[in-house]
Amino acid sequence: MRQLQSFIIKEFYHILRDSRTLMILLIMPIVQIMLFGYAITTDIKSTPTAVLDHSFNTETARMIEQLQASEYFELYGEVRSIDDVHLLFRQGKIRMAVIVSPTQEVQLLADATNPNEATSLVQYATAIINSSGMQPLAGVNVQLLYNPQLKGAYNFVPGIMGLLLILICAMMTSVGIVREKETGTMEVLLVSPMNPFYIVLAKATPYLLISLVNIATILLLSRYLLGVPMMGSVALVVGLALLYALVALCLGLLISTMVATQQAAMLISGIVLMLPVIMLSGMIFPIENMPWLLRVIAHIVPAKWFITAVKDVMIKGLTAAEIWHELSILTAMVLGLAAFSVKRFKIRL
Amino acid sequence: MVICRNINKTYGEVVALRDINLHVRKGELFGLIGPDGAGKTSLFRILVTLILPDSGQARVNGLDVTTSLKEIRRSVGYMPGRFSLYQDLSVEENLKFFATVFNTSVEANYELIRDIYVQIEPFRKRRAGKLSGGMKQKLALCCALIHSPEILFLDEPTTGVDPVSRVEFWDMLDRLRQRGITIMVSTPYMDEASRCNRIALMRDGRALSVDTPENIRASFSRPLYALRSAGMYALLNDLRGYEGAHSCYAFGDAHHLTLGSEADGAEAELRSWLDRKGYADAQLSRIEPCIEDCFMELARQ
Repeated sequence: MRQLQSFIIKEFYHILRDSRTLMILLIMPIVQIMLFGYAITTDIKSTPTAVLDHSFNTETARMIEQLQASEYFELYGEVRSIDDVHLLFRQGKIRMAVIVSPTQEVQLLADATNPNEATSLVQYATAIINSSGMQPLAGVNVQLLYNPQLKGAYNFVPGIMGLLLILICAMMTSVGIVREKETGTMEVLLVSPMNPFYIVLAKATPYLLISLVNIATILLLSRYLLGVPMMGSVALVVGLALLYALVALCLGLLISTMVATQQAAMLISGIVLMLPVIMLSGMIFPIENMPWLLRVIAHIVPAKWFITAVKDVMIKGLTAAEIWHELSILTAMVLGLAAFSVKRFKIRL
Repeated sequence: MVICRNINKTYGEVVALRDINLHVRKGELFGLIGPDGAGKTSLFRILVTLILPDSGQARVNGLDVTTSLKEIRRSVGYMPGRFSLYQDLSVEENLKFFATVFNTSVEANYELIRDIYVQIEPFRKRRAGKLSGGMKQKLALCCALIHSPEILFLDEPTTGVDPVSRVEFWDMLDRLRQRGITIMVSTPYMDEASRCNRIALMRDGRALSVDTPENIRASFSRPLYALRSAGMYALLNDLRGYEGAHSCYAFGDAHHLTLGSEADGAEAELRSWLDRKGYADAQLSRIEPCIEDCFMELARQ
């Protein structure tokens, strides 16, 4: 025990003395939340919108007022004919148009050169129009559950957690272990009575702690800065994050058994681990739309299960019993990866 | 303490060790002498259980290196070739860390390292990465000694260290040997061979000769001469074409030449050949062989 303790203290020395890396690790979640929350936002704000009203009655006027009042749309002057609408679209002066027929039927036109934006615009407008007491569009009463304002933050906060935990736990752990190999200290440590798994355990501990700090940072920022609700239990979300961090640590350990240099470790964790989290976890691209091969790969990406589960708990307020599927898959991944990497971990050079 | 029988090791196409047979006795300071690539590090790694030999048997302290991994790792001290301490930890922290790794404390074995540690103690708060080469090696030696091992394996401890620190380092090894610690050390510097009780001259994975430095020098049978002249490079080329020469190579500021025969006339013949070739100024002196001469001779065979 004393060996392990002094080994962990040594690891903290390494991390604390490399203050630049430590700062990056601690500030990264803040930067990412800010970036996704404010800069790379897919949320819609003040979209220039034209209204062509042929009905001229109070209900329509109220609807137009509500569109105007929402932060999503900004009405574009007066439009008199459908030709004007098309002209404005071509000139890029508007991205959506609302056309109300004399019989009070509403038609929405959206600029679909950016398909995602167009879809969102239609959804927003539909929601507003339906709530304004007009007859429901296309006869379908649409109701958006859990995230009626279609806030992007609800989606990317779990995504950022999935990304950062992989980055810190897998990349830093694998680089940390490989560094001992590269500098030759691993040779000395192996030729000692110490249990080699203490090396792994000691490497993982500080990064697990940093991940906890990061999880707290992300959750606090998303709750109080971005206004993402926490419908389920905080403890369950933190527990999920820890479970996922364990998967990442095992992946890091596995990588460290396969490569000889820190650069290779960094490259592999970057490409083999980070890319799937971004591309295949459903964080950005919906998994359902992928070709079957990618869909299969997506199902073995731990982040996919983690992100789904976190969304379920944070946004839908599900309980542990209701996300048992994701929990058991992540647990199985931890056990499988741990067993495999322990088997691969060499007690010789 | 250490027995090697027909040890072989290859890395793919590269043969690192061929049929190594060694016997290091208890309380001996044993040197593996040879240039880079001779197989010294591979042999060390086999002995400290870091790699497995392809064939052959090795025992350390009576324990088989392939099966008694744990026991051997408890009883040996190992200092790898590269500086293997934590550069961002201070001298003190490194020492403390390695003491706990070996389940002991600095205080418990301070007696053993005191002579060495007092030299680096003034810098105990300094990060190991900021020490000079000689200081680093002293610290690494302290760390390898901290658990009072019965046998010490030092892989090229003096490489990259200044000449004064090298002498100091060998003095320290001498004192450790006097305390009864068996030491196996490797070095590419032939002049350090005389500091060992016995040596193995190694080249291309083979042990060319295993004996005391004195016996190895005594077994050198050919007449050996040192030559100096104004045109050293031309002289070397010409000497290599000399019929009576057995071998000739540049050796520091002189050329070392061995003659094919011990016959009385051989030296006179060489002098007249030198005169004829226009090296009237050449200084020729018969010398005693050093370890490097022996190494060159053995490597030729």
